[in-house]
Amino acid sequence: MISSKNGPWRTAGRQLIRNRPAMISAAAFLIILLACLAAPLYAHHVAHVDPLASNIAGTTVVDGRTADLLQQSTDGLGLGVTPLGPTWDPGHYLLGADNQGRDVAARLLYGGRNSLYIGLASAFVCCLLAAVLGIVAGYFGGWIDAVLARLFDVVWAFPVYLLAICLSVVLVSGGLHIGPLHLNAGSLLLPILIIAVIYVPYVARPLRGQVMALRERDFIQASIGSGAGDWRIMRREVLPNVLPTLIVFLPMMTALNMLTESALSFLSVGVQSPDASWGTIINDGLGLLYTRPVVTVAPGLLIALTAVALNVLGDGVRDALDPNARLRGGA
Amino acid sequence: MCPRGVSIPLRRPFAAAVALLTLVLAGCSSGSYPVPGQSAAQSPPPTTFQTQHAGGTLTVLSKSAAGTVDPQISYDNQPWQMLHTVYDGLLAFRKVGGEKSTELVPDLAEAMPKVTDGGRTYTFTLRRGVRFSTGAEVTSADVGASFRRIFRASGPTAGTFYQNIVGADACLARPADCTLPGVTAHGREIVIRLTRSDSEFPMKLAVPHAVILPADTPAKDQGNKPIPGTGPYAIAAYDPNKRLLLKRNPHFKEWSHAAQPQGYPDRIVYQYGTTVESEVTAVENGSADAVWDQPPADRLNELGTRFINQVHVNSLSAFWYLPLNVNIAPFNNLKARQAVNWAIDRSAAIRLFGGTALGRPACTVLPDGFPGHTDFCNYTKPSGTTWKGNDMARAKRLVKESGTAGQKVAVVVADDETSKSMGEYVRSVLQQIGYQASLKVLSANIQFGYIQNTNNNVQISVTQWYQDYPAASDFLNVLLSCSSFHKGSDSSINISGYCDKTLDATIKRAMKLDQADPEAAARLWGQADRQAMSQAPIVPLFAPRQVDFVSQRVGNYQFHKQFSMLVDQLWVK
Repeated sequence: MISSKNGPWRTAGRQLIRNRPAMISAAAFLIILLACLAAPLYAHHVAHVDPLASNIAGTTVVDGRTADLLQQSTDGLGLGVTPLGPTWDPGHYLLGADNQGRDVAARLLYGGRNSLYIGLASAFVCCLLAAVLGIVAGYFGGWIDAVLARLFDVVWAFPVYLLAICLSVVLVSGGLHIGPLHLNAGSLLLPILIIAVIYVPYVARPLRGQVMALRERDFIQASIGSGAGDWRIMRREVLPNVLPTLIVFLPMMTALNMLTESALSFLSVGVQSPDASWGTIINDGLGLLYTRPVVTVAPGLLIALTAVALNVLGDGVRDALDPNARLRGGA
Repeated sequence: MCPRGVSIPLRRPFAAAVALLTLVLAGCSSGSYPVPGQSAAQSPPPTTFQTQHAGGTLTVLSKSAAGTVDPQISYDNQPWQMLHTVYDGLLAFRKVGGEKSTELVPDLAEAMPKVTDGGRTYTFTLRRGVRFSTGAEVTSADVGASFRRIFRASGPTAGTFYQNIVGADACLARPADCTLPGVTAHGREIVIRLTRSDSEFPMKLAVPHAVILPADTPAKDQGNKPIPGTGPYAIAAYDPNKRLLLKRNPHFKEWSHAAQPQGYPDRIVYQYGTTVESEVTAVENGSADAVWDQPPADRLNELGTRFINQVHVNSLSAFWYLPLNVNIAPFNNLKARQAVNWAIDRSAAIRLFGGTALGRPACTVLPDGFPGHTDFCNYTKPSGTTWKGNDMARAKRLVKESGTAGQKVAVVVADDETSKSMGEYVRSVLQQIGYQASLKVLSANIQFGYIQNTNNNVQISVTQWYQDYPAASDFLNVLLSCSSFHKGSDSSINISGYCDKTLDATIKRAMKLDQADPEAAARLWGQADRQAMSQAPIVPLFAPRQVDFVSQRVGNYQFHKQFSMLVDQLWVK
């Protein structure tokens, strides 16, 4: 139980700062985040490109010479067209072009914005939903818990990606229209909602267990005895005690959700054109794997780097806030 | 024919039509109909069977099977490439590579038909001694039953190819009770009577939908269950998830080298379920013999430089195009449709397809070389008779003038790499000229039906059309006539929903004149093409070329303009 307003948080903060791997990871994540946020600056003021528009007949300057972005083969039978490779010049297609003649570096930054946005937003939504459902189920118990727990079981029973793909296939093609809620087919809110929903049980179940244990503790019983209402107890007594667990979950779920988003986008059921994400860029690069592997490898590396950074950071946060927690595998 | 990885190719049928009509009108009873065409890189075919090359197993790799192997139902390029080795019709396209492959020759008929009654009656004599793979001899009863089965099994072209047979209307209305009095037999003489002359009818008899099957074949799609045929091979096994196996038909004896020559491999295996990348690698390594699917874009350069002798590139009578739905916004506005025609850079589309060696810019509905095709291009800058460049400024101006700027437009494409790239490019162009454009990617299995159905309100899509047989009507009449537009149906091949009485009248006159005055007909086809393109219901993109990649051990490659690579004529020994 957190009995002091500042003590435990400050202690945890100090412990986190002393955790070098976690700090390096945080720095790496921050750099990636800032770079992605600066995507429009890079595209418009450095590379001078529109990363969302096809530029198939376009040219650029490489070593002082004009070069086609999509280069027609002139050898042998003259079959095939190869996009420009990396020029290592930030002003002229640093990482080369993709098969639409678009700047790969600029698209990586724009794609990163969407990947991170979806990862972070869906993690927030997921944790929020899980907190509400987990606390309600654990606190009230009885039939409410039975219903919610079975609901978690049902969602949990589905293979995560299979469920996500099914939901995406249905929603991404027609959008979501429930009463006053209208989400267009291409809206980024769709993958956010889909990913958030499928992972709710993964966060809600450990929270529910934690709340069930808290429910029997003396301070909760004392609140009940003193006539405090259920919602007040949940808000004022239970929530602060499960908050560290939620905070620990947040970076880890962000990493997990980002990976899920990439997978869905790779399978064309996540982020839809004209938007891009790291997953869609990997998909774009599949047809260039033999000739321009950088189009696939670069977003793959960024996904891996971000996921590792968030996981190490999450471990650091866990160690700082709740050293006894067993969230990995034991949840 | 519906789009797929590769195509049914036939070219330059004008001369063919002229020759054919001349022969038909003259009551010609034997010989063949020559059609000049475009040459493909291949060795001259042997004139006789080369015994030393017989034997072995030919392995063709494909991403997936193409559904039913019922020859009267299947309407896809891949099965057609195989089905002509298993089944025969009364007539056939000469089984040889190159120009002569568009010639019609007698197959199960002893000779070319005797045409009388102003082109409305065709009389054939059934060949003796031809046996199905079951050992049973082909009889005139089988012929009659096979024609009735086209309707009873609701064949996909029953209402288009064979609707002129006397009694076809009743068969189309009540398939189960079809008697088809227009097809009669007296001994070995088969008479087919038409309600009106149809210059394309002999070609329609040479496609797989008109093959002759045993009379007791059930009158419904047999799906994965092979039906006995008369060709040099029989389907021994078919599992659409694994493979299709062709083995020699023990009862086949070559009766016409021109129509149905003996095949070379003892076994032909189509293996399904690999990726195209794996297919290419397997053929490079020699662990398979041919790739069915178009090789992926990132392997083309490698194939075109390191495997020159194993790569064959051939022109196709086909085109990639964008149907614009003329019945809903924004493309119910002529200026909006013209704007897209002005905006699309055909050379960009060709680059996405694999480069200049694999396509030619298209401005017209009729492919180059078809009757009536003339070089004209309404939407090119600078102006000329062939496409030279796009005009974005004009396109933007037209969109503004049309009052459709800012409207939402969704481009519907199939999920294969090339279609997706093409769709992304079109989306980008639409965005640039003033629309709020998005891309809708659908599984290739459903996209073609989806874009045809008016209930789905598809505004613009990316698709292809490959000829069924070499005739102008197979493009203009099929793709843009009122009779090809069926509201609310997945089989409404007039995807634009374009219905113009003036164009229809021109097409009808051209089809009538096809027999009487082919040159006048050709002029009318050209006029119809111009009429169509002035209203811009579609955006022609390019005429594609096909890449076939075969293993080092494969010999005797021949490209047939109707059935593409002749698999049964390949040598693996």
